[in-house]
Amino acid sequence: MTVAQGSEVQDLNLVDLVKSFGDFVAVDDLTLTIPAGSFFALLGPSGCGKTTTLRMVAGLEEPTSGRIMLGTQDITDEKPYKRQVNTVFQSYALFPHLDIFENVAFGLRRRGVKNVDAQVNDMLELVELGPMARRKPAQLSGGQQQRVAVARALINHPGVLLLDEPLGALDLKLRRQMQIELKRIQDEVGTTFVHVTHDQEEAMTMADTVAVMNKGRIEQMGPPVDIYDLPRTAFVANFLGQSNLAQGSVSGTSGDNLVVSSSGASFTLPSERSVRQDGDLLIGVRPEKLAIDAADADTVPDRHNRLSGKVTDASFTGVSTQYLVMTTWGDEWIIFEQNRSADLHQLGDEVVIHWAPEHTFGLEIPAGG
Amino acid sequence: MPSLAPTLSSPSAGAPPAASGVRRRTRTAYLLLIPGLLWLGIFFVIPLVSLFFTSLQAPTDKAGVYQPALQVSNYLVALQEYWPQFIRSFVYAGIATVLALVIAYPLAYFIAFRAGKWKALMLVLVVAPFFASFLLRTYAWRTILSDEGAITTFFNALHLLPQGRILNTPIAVVLGLTYNFLPFMILPLFAALDKIDPRLIEASKDLYAKPSTAFRKVIWPLSLPGVVAGTLLTFIPAAGDYINATLLGAPGDRMVGNAIQTNFLQFRDYPTASALSFILMAIILTLVFVYIRRAGTEDLV
Repeated sequence: MTVAQGSEVQDLNLVDLVKSFGDFVAVDDLTLTIPAGSFFALLGPSGCGKTTTLRMVAGLEEPTSGRIMLGTQDITDEKPYKRQVNTVFQSYALFPHLDIFENVAFGLRRRGVKNVDAQVNDMLELVELGPMARRKPAQLSGGQQQRVAVARALINHPGVLLLDEPLGALDLKLRRQMQIELKRIQDEVGTTFVHVTHDQEEAMTMADTVAVMNKGRIEQMGPPVDIYDLPRTAFVANFLGQSNLAQGSVSGTSGDNLVVSSSGASFTLPSERSVRQDGDLLIGVRPEKLAIDAADADTVPDRHNRLSGKVTDASFTGVSTQYLVMTTWGDEWIIFEQNRSADLHQLGDEVVIHWAPEHTFGLEIPAGG
Repeated sequence: MPSLAPTLSSPSAGAPPAASGVRRRTRTAYLLLIPGLLWLGIFFVIPLVSLFFTSLQAPTDKAGVYQPALQVSNYLVALQEYWPQFIRSFVYAGIATVLALVIAYPLAYFIAFRAGKWKALMLVLVVAPFFASFLLRTYAWRTILSDEGAITTFFNALHLLPQGRILNTPIAVVLGLTYNFLPFMILPLFAALDKIDPRLIEASKDLYAKPSTAFRKVIWPLSLPGVVAGTLLTFIPAAGDYINATLLGAPGDRMVGNAIQTNFLQFRDYPTASALSFILMAIILTLVFVYIRRAGTEDLV
């Protein structure tokens, strides 16, 4: 199964795209290139404009201003039924009066394709629903309906396949399964997938590139590993995974490192990992990058950043233990520690938390807290 | 049928110990049916049986008095004498139904998909005519369609009226029927259209359907239950109506309802009137049966 007839896979370009509903700006001057053949995730909380962006690409919503380009072709003003773009809707939107076969054949028939049987059967095979061809959508489970929705869109060999929270209605186990399934299908057909989701884990598992959206703008974009390792805004640091953050100010440099003093303690971090080189900033570190030791331990490497605190909560989850530690200045930090040894820290224990400077990141303090 | 299956199977899907509860629930259901059944029995079944026996009665020496008999020929006589009225009834009702569908569909579509916050108000306006008497409203049409009225004058100026007038012609009767039964078309159509998920229309556009194709392939098939219900609710009462033909038509435009009415109340020929009623009922039932079969929606009625 390769993308043969129909459209070639092309880059999708959004240029200065704006959509406002009255006074509310849903999408705020968005410029974005989605490379051909990539699995692209638009990640953000509800109301951040990700679905509106998707609907503009599909042609179901008209941009207030800006252009949408598919390859070199400007499709901004093209009617949705003429665009080489297909959508997997959040609610699937399968036609209840047509059977699965006819649902999948719908797009082909509209474009006047004569012999649809072979293609439809191939596509049903791809999503493993061959025996269900003559059932009605209502007779299928959520996961099966979801696969029909994917098949119905993909059979048209779209230049871009849009997926609007396609797994939102499925239970956790099925969602995991479908994540793998969708990834496999994308590998197989090679079409560009643009996946809208509010589930950060889903975005990280599936996408090559994740764009984190907030209030109509893209906060950060890149491969999941890079964004996770080096978030550039406090919003990203908290929305994509968890972060421990502390406010401080730059007090000096040492080599390639910045020295930040915060509540009496002093931390170092590589200056290229900080958004700011002077003044006030937030420093952050991911919970699994932290090590936790008894307060009197002498095992803390000298170069490590360290702070002391008291254990306020410890949840044992089998492979790891999640600690909450109250720092001396009253913040609670989260630490994930793998259970390599059997002796765990107890509630109320005085501990020292430490981590390597290169795991630290520096962020701008967000306006308004 | 598929729509019935889950409701029927769900009690048995429950845990077995709940069986007595199920039985109690069933008994309550039957108890609740009693008033309706009584009503149907007293005001529908008994009169219907009595009407049937009347339709077979034979005349006596005294005019207006009939005796019990099995005079099947009453039916033949009624048909022979009144077949033009039957044909007129079904033709007028048929045209009125088609007209009502053509008028009601866009309106119901608009109310369902585009009316927004005006939806409730528009539905009230659809039902509003019921606040005035049916007779009165039909009478009002005599003024609207009168020979000196604006409408007749306008069409006469264009030489579009074969008889030079609208009132007391079949056109007026059909217009009256269309007007009077229009709400019965709009409401079921609205109910069916309102249930359609607008995302299905978006999905069809996304899948290369032009607006006209989206209508033909998605909206129309999904609205069919409303079309079937609306056409039945319009056609059946329109076919039996006599008020419109009486008030708006000429004597030559009389429908079968008029024949039944005059036989009952003027000629006091009860057997013929009853036979006409039964023939009308039989024809309508046959038509409805064939129609629903053709529409392929027997599980929706």
